[in-house]
Amino acid sequence: MALLEVSGLTTHFHTRNGVVRAVDGVSFSVDRGETLGIVGESGSGKSVTCYSLLRLIPEPPGRIESGTAMFDGQDLLQMTQAQLRQVRGKRISMIFQDPMTSLNPYLRISTQLVEALQVHSDIDDKAALAKAIAALEEVGIPEASRRVRSYPHEFSGGMRQRVMIAMALITDPDLLIADEPTTALDVTVQAQILEIIRQRQEKLGTAVILVTHDLGVVAGTCDKVNVMYAGRIMESGTAEQVFYEARHPYTRALQKTIPSLQKKGQKLFTIPGLPPDLAKPITGCAFYPRCPYPKVAGPVGDVPVLRDLGNGHCHAECHFCDSTAPIESVLPEDLAEDAVVGDAAPAEGGAA
Amino acid sequence: MADLASKLPLSPAPITPEQLEQGSSLWSDAWARLRKNKLALGSLFMFILIGLFCVVGPWLSPYDSQAQNLFAGAEGPSADHWFGTDTLGRDLMVRVMEGGRISLLVGLVATSVSLLIGVVYGATAGYIGGKVDAGMMRFVDLLYALPFTIFVILLMVAFGRSLWLMFVAIGCVEWLTMARIVRAGVIDLKKQEFVEAAVSLGLSNRRIILRHLIPNVLGPVIVIATLTVPAVMLLEAFLSFLGLGVQPPNASWGVLINEGQQNMEIFAWLLIFPAFFFALTLFCLNFLGDGLRDALDPKSAGD
Repeated sequence: MALLEVSGLTTHFHTRNGVVRAVDGVSFSVDRGETLGIVGESGSGKSVTCYSLLRLIPEPPGRIESGTAMFDGQDLLQMTQAQLRQVRGKRISMIFQDPMTSLNPYLRISTQLVEALQVHSDIDDKAALAKAIAALEEVGIPEASRRVRSYPHEFSGGMRQRVMIAMALITDPDLLIADEPTTALDVTVQAQILEIIRQRQEKLGTAVILVTHDLGVVAGTCDKVNVMYAGRIMESGTAEQVFYEARHPYTRALQKTIPSLQKKGQKLFTIPGLPPDLAKPITGCAFYPRCPYPKVAGPVGDVPVLRDLGNGHCHAECHFCDSTAPIESVLPEDLAEDAVVGDAAPAEGGAA
Repeated sequence: MADLASKLPLSPAPITPEQLEQGSSLWSDAWARLRKNKLALGSLFMFILIGLFCVVGPWLSPYDSQAQNLFAGAEGPSADHWFGTDTLGRDLMVRVMEGGRISLLVGLVATSVSLLIGVVYGATAGYIGGKVDAGMMRFVDLLYALPFTIFVILLMVAFGRSLWLMFVAIGCVEWLTMARIVRAGVIDLKKQEFVEAAVSLGLSNRRIILRHLIPNVLGPVIVIATLTVPAVMLLEAFLSFLGLGVQPPNASWGVLINEGQQNMEIFAWLLIFPAFFFALTLFCLNFLGDGLRDALDPKSAGD
């Protein structure tokens, strides 16, 4: 049995403007030592999925409506607060998006690292401090033994994210949830942070759920990928399956948006339109209004179910659009025209 | 990049306490900023001097604050009696010192009480939120609506006059503002990721409130506290003035000012000396509070 098995997770927010279906029947599993990537646009329910697992959703307005999240035989969604506290930080840790705000500005780094340790185990101050220093060294903070007494504002963003990783991993958790851990960092630091997460994972055998909207990150680090859109999983499978054999139009469109995969001088591809308003009920395929493929049926109908291709590669059944052709063949005309304009002006670009 | 960690020393030499870099906390930064503020620093210094004057002074003075000497009644300042004597011949300097003891005691104790209740109450309400918060804050509204003077008179009638009762009465009123300010600050902080991170580490509510939230709101709280001390002293003066607070022959600055104003046309010094010390203390605390506000929140500083 997998370390974490989520099935039918549904989280809604009951707001003044109606019920926002942030996560709508999401199922996936993570094994020990495995990295699961969750990708999708902003507002696709990636973060809410993770927050729901640790029950960090503010309630109200949020509510986990249904589903189970079996973690090592226990349902996270049914736990009491006391049971949850035993799991949080000890068996499942979390890294947040913005390292600038995820450390308490008034407490020393040492205090915060030691606290994470002491809450979950009987360890004396001296041993805890030694462990904190070791943890900082393992995430590549130079002169850790000296800097452990610093305050967060004396560290740069990348350093702080390292501290967050050290803090999350200091208790040797079974599962690490990283909610866009590199979004707030610059590109060179991003790679370092991901590398550190990978190294620690290899050493400790931690399972990782990596939430990101950067497909390049997913391709480089994840074993499995969930592509989410409008609170649902559109496609899931191994990284190879999702990248090389993408079945769902949304996954294909997402891949087209990766700038480095596009020709130089060409206008960057964006998926037209906006994600749907989750406060309104969605019938049929949530991606229908933005789908570049020729429509073969109206947007009404049942929500597409996930179809398993037999090898773990699942995708939401697409029977509203004719998605058999490769996506290049259905892209709007102006992209092709722009490509010509781009090719005609390389001298200008070269001079600049 | 891959060998980033391997380049680092993996087995550090044992650390001695001297080697530990202490880091500069936001508090020490604030202190550095406060030290540059001459007015605030001067005020702090002056406040300490006034405190020493009141606390130590009476032991050094040859006079007893309650010993009457009708032959030396209502004499102006002289070499024997620097501040003069009152109508009953008591040395005014000792009375100002002892009055200061009471006034400062009321100010500090009542402020501490209000600080303690207000911070814990406000932080709890703000952090837990929802119905608990609504209930707790309606109770605060209820107490706010109580007319202060009538409340104190009722207390005095029910329990008799005592200094401690005055602490309770003033504390009961002053913690309300503190609770509201702390609650607002905590609600603001609650959305920050470090609180979420603390929850995700498995910390209990109690620990999050005491260790993570309260230190973060202490900045504004300290400022309010320094401004509460003079407010409390004014309240005490007001109560004493009405005859509800400290009673003769005990003195507080409020009592002395009251006595002084009754005779101010003839024996002006009876009003001038206590009023001078009272006003000076209020000035000091207000300037100190302003300086602290700028020091703890550099954004609000004009420059």
